[in-house]
Order: sequence, then structure tokens, then C-alpha cells
Amino acid sequence: MTAGGDLSVEHLSVRYGGVAALDDVSLRVPRGGVLGLIGPNGAGKTSLINAVTGVIRPYAGSIALGALRLERLPQHRVARAGVVRTYQNIRLFAALSVADNVRAGALRQPGDLDEAAVRALLERAGVPDADLRGRAGALPYGAQRRLEIARALAGKPAVVLLDEPAAGMNPRETGELRAVIRSLAASGAGVVLVEHDMGLVSAVCDRVVVLNFGRVIAEGTPAQVARDPEVIEAYLGSPADNVNGSSAVDSTASAAEKSNESASANSNGSSEA
Amino acid sequence: MLQFFAQHSKLIDEIGINALLALSLSISLRAGSLALAQAAFMGLAAYVGSIGAVRFGWNLLEATLAGAFAAAVVAAILALPIGRLRGVFLAIATIGFGEIARIAEINAPITGGAEGFSNIPNDAGTVAIYAALVATGLALALFGRSKAALALAATREDESAARGVGIDVAAVRLRTLVAGAIVAGVAGVLYAHANFFITPGDFGFPRMEQILVSCVIGGVTSSLGAVLGATLMTVLPEAVRFLHDYREVSTGAILLGFILFAPGGIAGLWERRA
Repeated sequence: MTAGGDLSVEHLSVRYGGVAALDDVSLRVPRGGVLGLIGPNGAGKTSLINAVTGVIRPYAGSIALGALRLERLPQHRVARAGVVRTYQNIRLFAALSVADNVRAGALRQPGDLDEAAVRALLERAGVPDADLRGRAGALPYGAQRRLEIARALAGKPAVVLLDEPAAGMNPRETGELRAVIRSLAASGAGVVLVEHDMGLVSAVCDRVVVLNFGRVIAEGTPAQVARDPEVIEAYLGSPADNVNGSSAVDSTASAAEKSNESASANSNGSSEA
Repeated sequence: MLQFFAQHSKLIDEIGINALLALSLSISLRAGSLALAQAAFMGLAAYVGSIGAVRFGWNLLEATLAGAFAAAVVAAILALPIGRLRGVFLAIATIGFGEIARIAEINAPITGGAEGFSNIPNDAGTVAIYAALVATGLALALFGRSKAALALAATREDESAARGVGIDVAAVRLRTLVAGAIVAGVAGVLYAHANFFITPGDFGFPRMEQILVSCVIGGVTSSLGAVLGATLMTVLPEAVRFLHDYREVSTGAILLGFILFAPGGIAGLWERRA
């Protein structure tokens, strides 16, 4: 059963062998809130989603949905508690029909979805005209991403974690996704949005957490983190002479040019901002 | 018509039993597990049902219930060590289990060993066999539309995504193994009581191979396909008797033909037309 409540992550650490993928990360997603999670590739965003959804066991820290502790639960129990996700690399039940994929999302609920309910969910996720009996794997890429969202919505989730939902979408599709995310939050679910499309992040997120090398380096409204010098440095590398102050934003162009020399220290690509 | 049945009643019974066995394997295959222990479950139940009938005078129903129950219990225990195995590793482990069962049947003091166990009451006729087949087919058809069937299909497609929608994958696999063992167990008891003589060799790897090939030819996740595949695999060796020593080749040739040209099996050919 869906427990409901806020998602809170406290002092979460995840390690792969000796490598710390996440180090002392804390964040909170209230019901109806949209939290953006950004950071360069390898920052630990997907590791955080994996830890919250029970795919990997955290090394330390706690994860809770309301009063229910999640960090020791197996993956399927986390899903049954109402914490669901989409995947960076789409993971539909490809050989099953579109309708069965949506129905599968509601398996943990009592009863079964009828055709009208499936249709309504697909409409909400932005794929209103998909052939219900067609193979899910035969859908176009963008429609597959949105079918995954429909599957996540089908179980009336308390928290939805979206792992780069706009990847590979065109601007019109991304605009539709914006409406989907807003309606999801409006229905009372907490949303975690991992995304590189900063336009989408600024448009839908109340708060943004920035990860780099597994640590939170900034947190605030989208506008606040966009001005944060440490964030700019994480994405673009540090300017050789001027790290602090308001000029950091204005100097992003020159910082990008100068990032070559700091790239070796940072080891992250500078092309993602 | 009646004469045809009279002449071929043995073959007709065999088709029914093999169809049951193919259905039992198709249950595991629906969840994507290549668990090849059906012949072992069949043998185990056959011995339990036969020994019970001979020693304690069980009737066919009692023998069938006891045999199926024994197979279910052993399947539930077997599920523990093989729970994390997938694909060919699962196949090899379950074939290994089949060999263990066969060798145990040869050496156990109450099975009659390699010479076989005889004097089993010959009380499983065509009616009993086909009643079991129809009941199993109906149960699977009803099950086919349920949420549990969707959970099986989702598990087959992507285990991690299945867990992500709340499916307890380990429980799904356990249940399919036990359900398959029950059906195989029923088939085993019927087989023993239809033949009144069994040996451990009846339940060895060649039997398992025949069941698997029936499912592959039929279409791995279709009930009707499994029944048709089993029918073909039972009738074919009779139909090609004129090939003498090359009879076995026909099975391999047909299997290869299906894998190459109709990987979905008989059921797949049918769906392609629709």
C-alpha cells in the first residue's frame, strides 16, 4: 500500500567497493514538490535513484517515506510503498503490449485497470494515441519514455523519480513533459527530476540539489544554484583568476574557454551546462 | 472411429501425458526461467504414487494427490539453492538435479532399482489422463488473463523493471516452479498407472529433452502450442518408423527447422497470421 508522506534522505552514502558514489547526501522531497537533481556525469545522480528505490543497498544513512524506513527494504517492497522510477535507459516490458505495460504499473494496487483507465493514464503521460495492443518496444523512442512515465503513474505513486526523462526528446516533447511533471506534482506526488536540460529543470523544479563527486555542492531554487560559483565551477571548471563574486556568471563564457586547463583536475566534461 | 481409438489408445494416452508435461514446463518458461526439472518431478511423483498404490493400496486419486504434493514440496526446497540462477546456469543446475533424482531412484531400497518397479495398478485410463489435461488447460486459460499472469510476463521481460513495479520476483519464480512440479507430478503418477511398470530411466534427460523440444516447437509461452508440440513429438517417432536407425534424426531436424524458420513455434506461426 502507498504510505504517502515526504521522502527524506539523510546522510546517505553509497560505495562501490572502495569508490564513494555518494557521500553524506541529505535531501527532502515534500508531497507535491519537484526536486531537481543535477550534476556532471558521474556525480552520483543515478546512484541516488538506485539507492532510494532499493536497487542498491546504501553503505550508510537513512531513506524514509513519511515514517516508513526504506533503506533496508528489497526493491519490490520499496515500489509497493509507492516509490517508483523511470530509467535513464528505457526499461519497458518490450514484448508486452502498451496496455499491459501500464497495467503492470498498477499490479501492486488492488483490482485491475480497464481500458479506459489505461487510456487515461497514457493521456496524462502524453501518449494519448498509442495503440493499446501494439508492442511497447515498437513505439517511437519519445513515446517509450512517456509510456514508462504512464507505467510509473499507474500505481498512484507517492514519489516518482525520473531519470533523465527528456533525454532524446525534441523541444515540443520536452514542453509536453513539463506539463506532465507539473500535473504529477499537482496530484500530490513528490517528484525527483534528474535532468541535464536546464530549461526543463528551471521551469518545473521548486528546489534543485547539485551533486558533484557524490557530494551535495549546492542547494536552492533554480535561480540560486545557477548563480552559485561552485556549481559553475563543477560544470565549466574554475576560471584561472576569478573564482568568487558575482562576475562568475558573467564570465561563464570565458570560463568555458579557460576550462581546458582545469579539466584535468576536474575530470568531468564541460559541455553539459 | 472406435476402432481407431482402440488401436491407438496407447498412443493417445501418451499424447495426453506428454501434453501435461509440456504444459508444466511452459509455466516456468512464462516467467522466463529455463528450469528443466520436469522429468525429475514426474519421476518422483510416479514413484511416490506407485509405491503408495502397491504398498498401501492407494487408489488413483490418492496416489495422484500424494505424488503431486511430494513433487511440490521438493520443488519448493529446490527453489532455495537455484533461486539466484538464470538462463543456462539454471538449466544446468536443474538438469543436474534430475540426474541426482534418477540416481537416487536407482539406489533407493524401495524403488526396485534399475530393474524397475512393477505391479502398479493399471487404473489410469484415457479418461483420467484427458480429464487432468483439460483441467490443467482450463486453469491456465483462466490464469492467462489474471494479474498474476501479467506479473509472470513482466518478470520474463525485465526482472529489475518488474521489481520496480512491485513484483516479488523470487516469489514468482518459486510459485512457477511449484505449480509446474504439481502438473508434472500429476503426469508422472498417471504415466506410472497407465504403464504399470516404471524404471528410473523413464525420467532421465531424454524425457526432459522431449518436454523441452515439445515446448520449443509449440511456442514457449502458449498452452495450446505446448499441447500441439507434445502431440507432434509423440506422433512423429511413430510416423517415421520406416527410417529405422535414423528416427532420432527427424526430431533434431524438426527442432532445427522450427528454431531457424519459426522461432515462435506453432503458436508463433498462428499469431503471425492473425
